[in-house]
Amino acid sequence: MFYYIIKRILQIIPVIIGITLILFILMYVIPEDPAKLILQKGATPQALANLRAKMGIDKPIYVQYWRYVSSLAKGDLGTSYRYRRSVNEILAEHYPNSIKLAFAAIIIETIIGIIAGIISAVKKYSFLDVLVTISTTILVCIPVYWLGMLLQIGFGLKLGWFPMSGMGDGSIRYYILPAITLASVSTAFVARMTRSSMLDVLSNDYIRTAYAKGLSSNRVIFKHSLKNALIPVITYIGIDLGTLMGGAILTETIFAWPGVGRTIYLAILQRDAPVVIGGTIILVLIFVIINLIVDILYAILDPRIRYGGVEANY
Amino acid sequence: MFPIKEDKNKPIDDSDLDNIIEESITEGTKLEKKYSKSSLYKDAWRRLVRNKLAMIGLAIVIIMALIAILAPFIAPYDPTYREKTASQEGPSAAHWFGTDILGRDIFSRVLYGTQISMLVGVVAVAISLAIGLFLGAISGFFSGIPDAIIMRIADIFFAFPYILGAIAIMTILGPGVLNIFIAIGILGWASVARLFRSSILSIKEKEYIEAARALGASNTRIIMRHILPNSFAPLIVYSTMNVGTAIIVEAALSFLGLGVQPPTPSWGKMLSESLSYINTAPWLMFFPGLAILITVLGFVLLGDGLRDALDPRLKR
Repeated sequence: MFYYIIKRILQIIPVIIGITLILFILMYVIPEDPAKLILQKGATPQALANLRAKMGIDKPIYVQYWRYVSSLAKGDLGTSYRYRRSVNEILAEHYPNSIKLAFAAIIIETIIGIIAGIISAVKKYSFLDVLVTISTTILVCIPVYWLGMLLQIGFGLKLGWFPMSGMGDGSIRYYILPAITLASVSTAFVARMTRSSMLDVLSNDYIRTAYAKGLSSNRVIFKHSLKNALIPVITYIGIDLGTLMGGAILTETIFAWPGVGRTIYLAILQRDAPVVIGGTIILVLIFVIINLIVDILYAILDPRIRYGGVEANY
Repeated sequence: MFPIKEDKNKPIDDSDLDNIIEESITEGTKLEKKYSKSSLYKDAWRRLVRNKLAMIGLAIVIIMALIAILAPFIAPYDPTYREKTASQEGPSAAHWFGTDILGRDIFSRVLYGTQISMLVGVVAVAISLAIGLFLGAISGFFSGIPDAIIMRIADIFFAFPYILGAIAIMTILGPGVLNIFIAIGILGWASVARLFRSSILSIKEKEYIEAARALGASNTRIIMRHILPNSFAPLIVYSTMNVGTAIIVEAALSFLGLGVQPPTPSWGKMLSESLSYINTAPWLMFFPGLAILITVLGFVLLGDGLRDALDPRLKR
């Protein structure tokens, strides 16, 4: 077990280095001169050259990369070109909003997805099952930004139940629409997984035995089947938490949610390389670490994985 | 079947041997005739046709492809024509889906939008397949160091948030259809490579590959003639599903202003243009979104059906 964990942690290191390198090259290729970006128009060539020398961007790319990585190792993500503020500060300001939204979405997808999945597995081929199957299929195909706009029109504009955008005072009303939008696709996946996993478990002999013993169907479903059926679902939700924290760019943009996804998107448009690279590295780190935790938990639950019988990833 | 079994004590002479060979040959031809009618793909096709949802999906895909090709002939208006007297009109007999702020016919624009979406979906997935198959083949077939390097690069691509990656690439390459092909195509190769690699790993050890190698077939020939056809099934399913994903991502990029540029009609662009008018003209956002939903639904239903048809064991 110990070696498995060490092996998985060591595998992460080249991924992180690769991502910093790719991002650095990508942002370096962008032809805009950061010195011009900061000093705006009308700066003298001398002033530009001075600033370039001060920022170190007149050096070759490998020197710049080395400087970036060594300050990254110390936890310093650099300074934003636009705002002249520390990237750490900017991200620390916006990140909590994204995490809160991601958790709101996870709560929705877990509750609705699992309940819908159980109902459609237990009442297989009933009207409710067909309804769940159809709606999950549609949810998987619906573009999130369109769903967000439909919710804004329906519940924000016409009915006036929830605010259409922004975070306001941070009360729960502001979370409802963006959280539903963000959770939509995952809810469908959770419902489908719960259904198929439940059906798998329900066809086992021990379930028949449980019924034969005269247990009530509620007891069989909740006590005997659900626990086993939920293992793959929980794994999916775990991985999804990592994805939602980084994948909220569209939802955050539509709902003007002051989160890190929107911050990175705006920074890309403004060519603010330090914010883009720093923000993305943090997102990827969180994604990779959550995946690592899920993998390790899975290896604890399923011994075949850690002995190499089943490859977890491939 | 074989005369030799009838009388074990009788010594075998040459005429018996001839008989044995002849009989096994005729037996073989009979079996071949019997089973040649039911290859994997014929069976799969039969199962696919019986699956109603998959047929609905196939119908949607075919209709959308036809609309894309025939848009210039069936659209009632030019998609860029501005009717100055008809700005932001609701759906009517003259304009089925209404008109936008510039007085352009939404119905015609939605029809023309099919072209970009279908084109991006198909070309981007083709690029992913080309890169993914090549690198996956190297990775699975040669193992060792090339495998380790390629799979670690694939890990990097997996850890990268998809939309974020697409946005970053589009910012560097600049907007335009060609760049969308590249951005979406590049981001999708890692899944193809992993899929193909794992197929190769499971097929590589089979006896018929050993036989081919013993007969002196080259690596390229073994990959192209023996491994690729036997690992087609998961690739077909993946590609079908991914055309849908590519269409959604293209619309997202155009929605964010990084994709197709005006005046070319694109569903994503139409959605972003409608954003400022959802109070006054909700039909502006309704129809392009519906078009995306239906098209993607077509590919997903077809992909689901193909998966069930190609691997009946998975079906519940």
